[in-house]
Amino acid sequence: MKSRIMMFVFAFAVWCILCWVPDTQHLIAGAAVALIVAAIMGSMFVTRPHMLFNPIRVFYFLFWYIPIFIWELLKANFDVAYRVIHPSMPINPGIVRLKTELKSDTGLTFLANSITLTPGTLTVDINKEDGILYIHWINVVGSDPDTTFREIGSRFEPMLKKIFEEDVVK
Amino acid sequence: MKLVRWIFGTIVLLAIIILVIVLPFKSMFFAQDAGHIGFVGRVVYILILSSVLILFRVLKGPTAADRIVAIDIFGILIVGLCAVLSIATGRSWYIDIGIAWGLQSFIGTLALAKYLEGRSFDD
Amino acid sequence: MIDIIGMVFIGTGLAFDVLGCLGLVRLPDVYNRLQAATKCVTLGTCSILFGTFLMAGGFTPTGFKALIAIVFLVLASPVAAHAISRGAHRAGIKLWDKSIVDSYAEDKEGEA
Repeated sequence: MKSRIMMFVFAFAVWCILCWVPDTQHLIAGAAVALIVAAIMGSMFVTRPHMLFNPIRVFYFLFWYIPIFIWELLKANFDVAYRVIHPSMPINPGIVRLKTELKSDTGLTFLANSITLTPGTLTVDINKEDGILYIHWINVVGSDPDTTFREIGSRFEPMLKKIFEEDVVK
Repeated sequence: MKLVRWIFGTIVLLAIIILVIVLPFKSMFFAQDAGHIGFVGRVVYILILSSVLILFRVLKGPTAADRIVAIDIFGILIVGLCAVLSIATGRSWYIDIGIAWGLQSFIGTLALAKYLEGRSFDD
Repeated sequence: MIDIIGMVFIGTGLAFDVLGCLGLVRLPDVYNRLQAATKCVTLGTCSILFGTFLMAGGFTPTGFKALIAIVFLVLASPVAAHAISRGAHRAGIKLWDKSIVDSYAEDKEGEA
């Protein structure tokens, strides 16, 4: 039920932003549509509502994860642009394993997305039972677990563990 | 051989881009008297150049996955094109077209990827 | 002044778009193409949208919609890339000849 109410609020806010400046007609139509959406899809929106209202987690997410993410995104783009322009294309590709300790769905999703948008790496598949991510790496340094963790995982995994897990009770 | 091709390609690409930026030609798409039109016309030409590169990959791509990648990227490019058009005309619903196009392209890409994997759609 | 900053953002985004499409043409196999194209074109289009946000004058209807489009693109395009790469690997498309290691194929053979 909590999840449905949050889905309603979220859908209504998006509706209001999409038809800015809202007037009465827009608000009534938006409420109707948001009710339908919340009734159909609401149960799969948030599975752990208490996470979203924890101010420390929100603070970490906004002021620690997002700046580092944007910085890594810029670095990734200059890296790829350099490799594309260079006449002989200094690429050295391969698929490696990355062990992860994250368990929750949200954490794994954010880890995979961050890895896809950071320098030279692309998530190919996730094996959730064993906690292994398969990563296509454009410039393979080494394929043993320590190297991959140091080069790929150590930027985001501790941070995401602090934000999304830590006291997760399954 | 590779270096010759690289130099040739660089010269052609740079020539097209500099031609678009420097020459004061008339835009095909807009009348010349509105505010940001000259700038936006040039932006639209460079986006068309990128689309031509993508369409080359769609035509040539040796496997189906290459074509799916190219079409996915094309969908993201269209979002940018719609945003730029909305500045040129001052109408905010051009970005609505962009968002809707992006959503449709995303869902289509997921469906094509699932098809590529060999599963049926209700799996 | 803010128009000029917006134009700089749009120009940077265009440069990244062209480079990403060039990578789509030049690189040797599906996975490398996916990397170059996803990263460069996502950041390029986000930059164009942010320039739109600035040139439209901040929090006007166009500006709000541009911000929503940025959030949507950053969330959606890695997922699409992930789906395509997984589908391509399951469909049996090989990596480039000069690739070094393919742990995913090793593990899949072990399972099967």
